[in-house]
This record gives sequence, C-alpha cells and structure tokens, in this order.
Amino acid sequence: MIRDVEVLVIGGGPAGLCAAEAAASAGAHVLLCERDGVPGGQLVKQTHKFFGSERQYAGERGIFIGKKLIDAVTRRENVEILTDATVLGMYEDGVVTVLKDDKHLKLRPKKTIIATGAAEKFLTFPNNDLPGIYGAGAVQTLMNVAGVKPAERVVMVGAGNIGLIVSYQLLQAGVRVVSVVEAAPRIGGFLVHAAKLRRAGVPIRTGWTVKEAYGNGKLEGVVLCELDEKWQQVPGTELDVPCDTLCLAVGLTPLSELCWQAGCHMEFIRELSGHVPVTDENLMTSVEGLYAAGDVSGIEEASSAMVEGRLAGYAAAASLGYDAERSRAEADAARAELRELRSGPLGGKIRAGLEKVAEKRRNAVC
Amino acid sequence: MRIEQHPILQFDRGEKVTFTFNGQTVEGYTSETIAAALHAAGIRELGHSQNLHRPRGLFCAIGNCSSCFMTVDGEPNVRVCVTKLRDGMVVEEQEGKGVVRHDP
Ligand SMILES: Cc1cc2nc3c(=O)[nH]c(=O)nc-3n(C[C@H](O)[C@H](O)[C@H](O)COP(=O)(O)OP(=O)(O)OC[C@H]3O[C@@H](n4cnc5c(N)ncnc54)[C@H](O)[C@@H]3O)c2cc1C
Ligand code: FES
Repeated sequence: MIRDVEVLVIGGGPAGLCAAEAAASAGAHVLLCERDGVPGGQLVKQTHKFFGSERQYAGERGIFIGKKLIDAVTRRENVEILTDATVLGMYEDGVVTVLKDDKHLKLRPKKTIIATGAAEKFLTFPNNDLPGIYGAGAVQTLMNVAGVKPAERVVMVGAGNIGLIVSYQLLQAGVRVVSVVEAAPRIGGFLVHAAKLRRAGVPIRTGWTVKEAYGNGKLEGVVLCELDEKWQQVPGTELDVPCDTLCLAVGLTPLSELCWQAGCHMEFIRELSGHVPVTDENLMTSVEGLYAAGDVSGIEEASSAMVEGRLAGYAAAASLGYDAERSRAEADAARAELRELRSGPLGGKIRAGLEKVAEKRRNAVC
Repeated sequence: MRIEQHPILQFDRGEKVTFTFNGQTVEGYTSETIAAALHAAGIRELGHSQNLHRPRGLFCAIGNCSSCFMTVDGEPNVRVCVTKLRDGMVVEEQEGKGVVRHDP
C-alpha cells in the first residue's frame, strides 16, 4: 500500500525540524522521517555554546537548541515524526521508500524536503583501517550520547572548529588529548576554542600530518611528520606518538545520495565541500517539488541550516496553496536572514560557492 | 569505561542487562547501542575484513559506513552502532557476507 503524504521531510536535524515547523505552521500536513532513534541531528551531540546570531539561539548549548526545536514540532498536531525510519529510495514515479522497524513503507509525497545533513571525510595513510581510528562524530556519539569513554589517549587530526571542539569535549569527559595535528599552516577554527585547549596543555601542531598508524589488532600509536610548504612530508621529522584512538576531524561532505537517486542536477562545488544539488531561490532542486536544505546543499552551520529549513518549508507550503501570502513573506524574510548570516568575512567561502551554484543553474536553464 | 561524572551531561542509562559477545558474557544498558556496550567493556575489534582479514572496528557510529557489521541473534549484517541492546542478545563476529533471510 502506498501512503499519500503532503510534505515529506527527510532528516530531523536543525534544517529538517525547522522545515517541518514552517510548513506545518502554514497549515500543511508534514511527515518527518529520521533514521536515528531521536530527532535533533548533529545538535544532540553538541555540548558547547553555539556561535551565530540571537535569532538562531546563539550562546545556547547545541543540545538545548535541539530540544527547543523538537518541542516546537512535537506540539503541532499536523506533524508526524517517524524515528528509526531511514529513507532508502526515491523512484522516478515519485514514490519514496522507507525502512521502519524492519518494514518497508512506501510513500507518495506531494512535496519533499531533503535535509539529510553530512558525512565525515576520511584520510589516506597506511593502516588507516585499524580499530580505534574514528570519525570525530563517532567519538562524540560515544561520549555525549552513550556516556562511554571513547579512549584513554587521543590524537586529533584537524584544527578546524570540529577538531577543536571535540578535543575540548574529550577533556571534559576525562580523556587525555595528546596532540592536535593540522596539515594547514594555521589553525582553521575559532581561536577561543584553540586557547581553551592550549590552557589545558594540549599541543596544537600546525603543518603536521599522520604518516602512518600502527598496532596489532587495534590502534597502538601513530607516526606524525611535518609538511613543507608544498604539503610534502619532510623526511627525518617523524614523531612516534603512542595512543589508543585517532580521531579524524578533516571535514564533512554533503550526504546527497537521495538527491542523486531522485535525478537532481548535481554539481561539484569545492566551497560547499562536495557534490550538491543545484537549487533555486526557494531551495528547490531541478526536480519539481523536491527541495534541499541544510548541510546536504553545502556544508555550513546549524544557524544557516535552520533558516534554510524554514525557507524550504514555507516555499513548499506556499506552492501547495497554504497561507500563500504569509508563507511567501516568510520565505522572503528567511532569504534576507540568510544574506545577513553570510554577509561577514567568514561567509566569503559560502557566498563564492552559492554564486557558482547560481551560475550552473543559469547555464542549465538557458 | 563509562563516564561517571560530566560537567554538562547526565546519562540515563536505562536498565542493566547481559548479552554475549562471541560466547563471552558482557554487561550493558538498555539505552545504549550494542557498539557502545562493547566499547565500554573494552571490546573494539568487532570483525575482520573479508579478503585480507584485517581487524575492523567502528568508524562513524551513526549507521553510515557499514564498518561495524556483526551477526546478532543469528541475523547477519546488523549495524551494531545503531542497534539498541536487549537482554540476552547473542552478538557474534560475522563470517563472510551473511545470507539474507526471507520472511515466509
Ligand atoms: C562538533 C561540531 C560542532 C559544531 N558547532 C557548531 C556551532 O557552534 N554553531 C553552528 O551554527 N553550527 C555548528 N556545527 C554545525 C552544525 O551542527 C551543522 O551544520 C548542522 O547540524 C546541519 O544541520 P542539518 O539539519 O543540515 O544536518 P544534521 O544536523 O546532520 O541532520 C541530518 C539528519 O538527517 C538524518 N538522516 C540522514 N540520512 C537520512 C535518511 N536517509 N533517512 C532519514 N534520516 C536521515 C540524520 O540522522 C540526521 O539526524 C557543528 C558541527 C559539529 C560536528
Ligand atoms: S560504524 Fe559506521 S555503520 Fe556502524
């Protein structure tokens, strides 16, 4: 049996939750599918206070922002949330399939908003498959969701915000961070986060990388080495660092498989960290009625993911005729908010990426 | 090892249960995944790669990468990083690709 759905939201992170809330507030009936046991996305693991502006709850801890968004959505009678529900397939005839409690559900949505977030990138070096080499997200899940100490001695690769924040979270959980290693000549993340680590005595080595890992059955240590200005390993600089966990925080890439499956026009945009669907001013992809919001359309932040979700939600509701005038005004307001969020010097990369997307779209339309 | 004290978080672990890992009895809690319980018990090696038999552990812990496939209660290819623990579960290293069971 195929179930008819008005607005299907795939993914219950900040983007998906805000999309569901916006579409429902206009009167649309929303079904949200989240593959995890609880909605919240990345927010459920973030114990630190967020950056961004007040409108997007900056200054609050990620976990509490997540709770607020979830509470708002669960209060709505016209939103149904399915957890432990992984969306598997998007078919040519518009049918979407979902795995829920070992059952295969078939949906036929009028509008679909993909908000599946991101996946972690990997790094190539000998023995990078040893147990004990984890993505930073895995380490966060173990310690902040399960309350399990991921390790005793950790080496962190990557000094962007994620690497710095997760290192600090490890210290809070009572784990020793032996070193943070960053290939670039400079720390990529905010200096406030780096300063907290330095005060705790954690060395941050810029211009260094992992040459190889070693261990018998599990990770026992890594060999680090210095990089020259052409990013080549400098012989003779090898440093043996015993550790039981190597945590990779080398960036995220959009989790855009469902967009590929649906046949969206996709482009590789370096500034957005991978292949992204080409979207219009309403975040609609090249497939009619299919929208993409949040990290899946380019790696950015929770703040912009929330506003993108809201934009897609109102745009979808307006196109279904729900409270059309207000929905369009709300979509305009969200667009203005996104411009504002991306206006500073930190938004330069995103602006460049989005400009490329707009150009690809113009070329495709012509 | 479990985190007992945390400056920000409190953990509601649920009920204490026992399960087996390759025949060995292990304790865990109902609110955690099989992988988290194994990890807390110091077990990080969950299986071996099919061709070169290299040890395999967790990588993503969110069900994305399939590095953690194990056989659970006789069913192969279970992602133990996203499967909640239940009392009496039989968790085993998986041999080969496993056979898909068809419901009658
Ligand atoms: C350590 C760390 C610190 C951060 N700090 C900040 C900060 O201080 N400020 C800030 O603004 N941002 C921060 N961010 C970034 C922010 O968390 C992300 O940009 C944001 O969560 C993206 O939201 P999203 O909704 O697009 O994706 P996500 O939060 O990743 O949510 C996607 C959801 O979709 C679900 N999903 C995926 N595939 C499927 C499927 N097939 N079927 C069903 N469900 C699916 C996933 O389970 C997940 O719940 C941080 C990120 C990390 C990792
Ligand atoms: S560790 Fe990646 S799927 Fe389980």
